[in-house]
Amino acid sequence: MVSIAEPIAKPASRYRFILDRRDVLGSVMVAPAILYVLLLVGLPFLLAVYYSVSAYTIYDPSWHFVGLSNFRQIVSNPVFQDTLANTFLFTFGSQFLGLVLGKFGALLLMRPFPGRTIVRALIILPWAVPIALATVAWEWMFDSLYSVINWTLISLGIITRSEAPNWLGNPHLAMLCVIVVNAWRFFPFAIVIFLAGMTSIPQDVIDAATVDGAGFWRRNYQIVLPMIMPIVAVGLIFGIVFTFTDLSVVFLLTNGGPVGATSVLGFEGFQVGIVSGDVSHGAAISLFMLPVLFFVVVGMLRFIRRREI
Amino acid sequence: MRRALLNIAGESAFYSAVAAFVVLTAFPFYWMLITSLKSNPDLYNVTNIPFWFNETPTLEHFQYLFEQTLFARWLLNSLIIGLCVVAITLTAALPAGYSLARMVGRNGEALGIGIFLTYLVPPTLLFLPLSRIVASLGLQNSMWSLVLVYPTFTIPFCTWLLMGFFKAMPVEIAEAAIVDGCSLFGAFVRMVLPLSLPAILTAVIFTFTLTLQEFVYALTFISASAQKPVTLGVATDLVRGDIFFWGEIMAGALIASIPVAIAYNLFLDRFISGITGGAVK
Repeated sequence: MVSIAEPIAKPASRYRFILDRRDVLGSVMVAPAILYVLLLVGLPFLLAVYYSVSAYTIYDPSWHFVGLSNFRQIVSNPVFQDTLANTFLFTFGSQFLGLVLGKFGALLLMRPFPGRTIVRALIILPWAVPIALATVAWEWMFDSLYSVINWTLISLGIITRSEAPNWLGNPHLAMLCVIVVNAWRFFPFAIVIFLAGMTSIPQDVIDAATVDGAGFWRRNYQIVLPMIMPIVAVGLIFGIVFTFTDLSVVFLLTNGGPVGATSVLGFEGFQVGIVSGDVSHGAAISLFMLPVLFFVVVGMLRFIRRREI
Repeated sequence: MRRALLNIAGESAFYSAVAAFVVLTAFPFYWMLITSLKSNPDLYNVTNIPFWFNETPTLEHFQYLFEQTLFARWLLNSLIIGLCVVAITLTAALPAGYSLARMVGRNGEALGIGIFLTYLVPPTLLFLPLSRIVASLGLQNSMWSLVLVYPTFTIPFCTWLLMGFFKAMPVEIAEAAIVDGCSLFGAFVRMVLPLSLPAILTAVIFTFTLTLQEFVYALTFISASAQKPVTLGVATDLVRGDIFFWGEIMAGALIASIPVAIAYNLFLDRFISGITGGAVK
């Protein structure tokens, strides 16, 4: 009897068993990413917490534990209280302005019109371009002498040259400037988020509401807005987190000034921890961001989950 | 007649609103362009109309930028940093994204959200300890510190982006390869990866633009001019004492902005569906 050729046994690799077990291979494949994040996000975070309760400076890198005295010193410092207030004003001012502009811009871009693609491309610019570079352009536009904004106001006859505001030199105007620049940077993102939400609503839902007699505002606030809420919430997480912890706009535009009028938490942490080398106090200042970040993220996540069910 | 007039009024209101938005967003970039092409006497004369050339446009700022400053070096630094970070990110995020989408079961979703949340941990919270870590590794004042640190936000971001993509890919593709004799890992390498080229390209583009946009870590770790990436160099290194070289600064900002602006516009839709993937199913 002729035997049929035996199947050739493949030389089984010693590690073959790893590659064939789904759960094991899954863990192996996800491990590098998790390790990287643990080592360079998790570990530094714990270090930051430890610095904030130690007396560590770059000149005296001791790990001496001092408890909460760093926090106590910071909180009782009036400069820090101003910084905290500035941070909230900066964040909520620019987010509010950004959301209003974003909703309005999204309504405009919903409608098809000739040249919409180019208009969209131009409107995305502030968010796409590195914020440090755009901020430098704004700094030049707010220049004390050659400001194009002042030139326009003067030539329109609204103000005279002697009344021309020094945008970045006046405490209130400087705050307004950093808020405007930050809102300017974020509203294209808000537009994109609103658009993504609005285009994901099925047209028949809108039609049904229209048939039932809902007008423009009713459709907008009772149908569209609740339906796009989850996606807007995601956008808001990004907006609030990245604004509340911002350093670049303030650093480049006003350098915290004039006399600390635009100093925010990120900037203050940088000044104290890096420029002055007082790592422990800098870390403690930065950690004040944490409760806000935590509430924002947890609140939004719960909100999204509730929406989904 | 009245209806037609109302219509015209409505249309013109609409287009002027659109125009106002475009001016608001694009004017600073127009300002960069016009500043970079103006000669200094034109630039620093308050009686000139600033919106247009009052003297012949000139390329002297661009020439100065490339010949007298380290701008070319900064561009090269940014390119090297970007490419290295892309390589590290893909190595970690591709398998992680696939694993979270397909292999670790119900925990994958939670783990994915966990990794993505680390993207939200802000640089201004981590820069102090990271600067000490970078210093103790001897990387202070070196662009390699950025190659080490940038993956901390690009890996979470790309893992999330790729996870969404792998989930959308039909399971049957990998299963068919396994039935035909591939190992699990072989199916990933030989079938899934080649079919994911568009997603990989998106991840590459966004990793690269994220490294170009980053400012805080670069500012914290690097003070030597020759090691700066282009964003940091243009924003902080073209000021001599109190004198801002506005022509050169705007020229440099313009050159560094253009590639990012183009990349974003081409890949915008994928970016949005990537980051909102968890919120709208």
